[in-house]
Amino acid sequence: MINLIKKYQSSFSVSGFEESLSSVIVSDLANKMDLVETDAMGNVIAFKKGKDSSKKLMIAAHMDEIGFIVTNIEENGMLRVAPIGGINPVASCYHEVKFKDGTTGILVVEDGTKLSEVSNTKLFVDVGCDTSAKAKRKVKIGDVCAVSPYFKKLSPKRYASKAFDDRICCAIAAFTAFNCKTPAYDTYFVFTVQEEVGCRGAKPSSFAVMPDYAIALDVTPAPACGNPNHLSVKLGGGAAIKIKDSSVICSPKMVERFTELAEANNIKYQYEVLLAGGTDTSAMQIAGAGSYAGCISLPTRYVHTPVETIDADDIKACAELLTAFVEQGM
Amino acid sequence: MKDLLKKYCDILGPSGMEDSVREAIIEDIKSSGCEYETDFVGNLIVFKKGKKRRNKKVLFSAHMDEVGFMVKYIDEDGYARFDSVGGIDRRVVSGKRIRFCESGVNGVISSKAIHLQPMEERGKCPPISEMYIDIGASDRKTASEYIAVGDCAVFEPNYEEFGEGLIRSKALDDRFGCAALVKMINSDLEYDTYFAFNTCEEIGCDGAKEVSHRIQPDIVIALESTTAGDILGVPKSKCACAVGQGAVLSIMDRSTIYNKELLELAVTTANEKSIKWQYKNVVAGGNEAGAYQRGAKGAKVLAISAPTRYIHSASNVLAISDIEAVYSLAASLNERSFE
Repeated sequence: MINLIKKYQSSFSVSGFEESLSSVIVSDLANKMDLVETDAMGNVIAFKKGKDSSKKLMIAAHMDEIGFIVTNIEENGMLRVAPIGGINPVASCYHEVKFKDGTTGILVVEDGTKLSEVSNTKLFVDVGCDTSAKAKRKVKIGDVCAVSPYFKKLSPKRYASKAFDDRICCAIAAFTAFNCKTPAYDTYFVFTVQEEVGCRGAKPSSFAVMPDYAIALDVTPAPACGNPNHLSVKLGGGAAIKIKDSSVICSPKMVERFTELAEANNIKYQYEVLLAGGTDTSAMQIAGAGSYAGCISLPTRYVHTPVETIDADDIKACAELLTAFVEQGM
Repeated sequence: MKDLLKKYCDILGPSGMEDSVREAIIEDIKSSGCEYETDFVGNLIVFKKGKKRRNKKVLFSAHMDEVGFMVKYIDEDGYARFDSVGGIDRRVVSGKRIRFCESGVNGVISSKAIHLQPMEERGKCPPISEMYIDIGASDRKTASEYIAVGDCAVFEPNYEEFGEGLIRSKALDDRFGCAALVKMINSDLEYDTYFAFNTCEEIGCDGAKEVSHRIQPDIVIALESTTAGDILGVPKSKCACAVGQGAVLSIMDRSTIYNKELLELAVTTANEKSIKWQYKNVVAGGNEAGAYQRGAKGAKVLAISAPTRYIHSASNVLAISDIEAVYSLAASLNERSFE
């Protein structure tokens, strides 16, 4: 699994520009699934036939990560950028950023900006060019970049990286798709696009699948130092069974079933109530005539920063819980 | 195309009341050999056969509605309290001439004369909740003979050419798009094509949502007005696009990250045909493309826009050359098979 995570994590995949990662995922899945398709928006939909074809299960993990888009190239060769998704400007500045073609730059802040005044409108990218003509040879308006890949083992079970949100869950979904026994229901593993800009990819893909049961896989913030919002999720505390976030109230039947499966299979779990932030869960829940929708969340520290931190035991718990549902259903 | 533009711009058609616009468009396309229908929410959906079929269902879209005002209360003095329909900056409202759609009654939006303003009110714009529409009635009873709660008004028709090849008018957003689509429908097409003239874009792209589910297109190209920032006080890095500089291609706005293949195809096509074009260089605004991209099973979407100054005011300003560029680019793209 860790190799899968590393592979997905190193692919370029800013919201709206997920082709590199989606082609990696498609080639991984191609021979192992009954059907793999890519829709108009770029969602990858992988189908695995189940024992009971009267019901459909949809599993969604998003391929995209937050990043920046070049809006203007100034006379002095600096690139003005706008955020794609929920950028934390303080966390992103003074890091290396990489464009899809490998061009690198650094994300910096306008001179003389106080820490408290750092905002997305004060950010720009320096690609080492003194004039706009030189910069335009490297980059054009509309090109997108993200913080450069970075993967660090902090201790035997803890890893820090950018974009664990949500590559790690792509890896969990793919791993489950490869390794699970025959699913209980016809199962669609969907790798969605554009979640970070408003769960956009999950809408048409849910419409196409029209699931009866739906499970989103995403990260959830786990507090480290200080806990102003009094969140209960703990890093290393096991798979987080989502009860609510700002986009969805999970179907109680799913919460109940996840709990049963975790208890029966000795899987470490905890409950999650997230105050801010949405997931693909809601799009699946309200698609067509609606579905029973839940979410298995991976506790993650420092979400939307270049150093998102996770615990290997939690990954294992999430994968086990997902596998249990896929194989045993309701 | 200028005849069409003037005709469409001068029609009164705020969101939810697009009937007159739709009737005028039907009149202009009905002898072109196309099939058309009006759906439950008032969208006009047109199918025109071309010389060939393509595997992909391609739809061009523009919206018929414009921003406007709705009466919510008529007071004892005969003044009508109102709210805006769609996003209108209250600073461009005060003192404007307006016309009611139902009755054709003319009115003026209040603006307290500077002579009556105490010092603390000067230079400030009151919220819309403190403005009212004056239709020249002396009391509630008289006013109620002409207008009722729920009636809608728009800026008074004022289409005019001015300056060097420019037009100033209300509702150029998006009647110019309607005019461009009508011109396409009335020409010989290479491929079978769908066209949608939509309702209620200004209040949340409601019409497009319906069309998206009904037609389920594979590719959608929206023709829209977009904010031109070539005005005083906007730095070049934030100007979005400029009037006279050609058709605008958006890469990303608040509602959509546009399909890259379509964007590249548009750029190639524009360059091949020497059509003037520009990128929109800020991430702002949004249009129907977003509704199509995520409606039903989803679609690949592109927006071709005309740079428009003072959008959503009584005087949108647009260059005729830009409208021609948007039309040429849309028509040229429609000669592609999209394989």
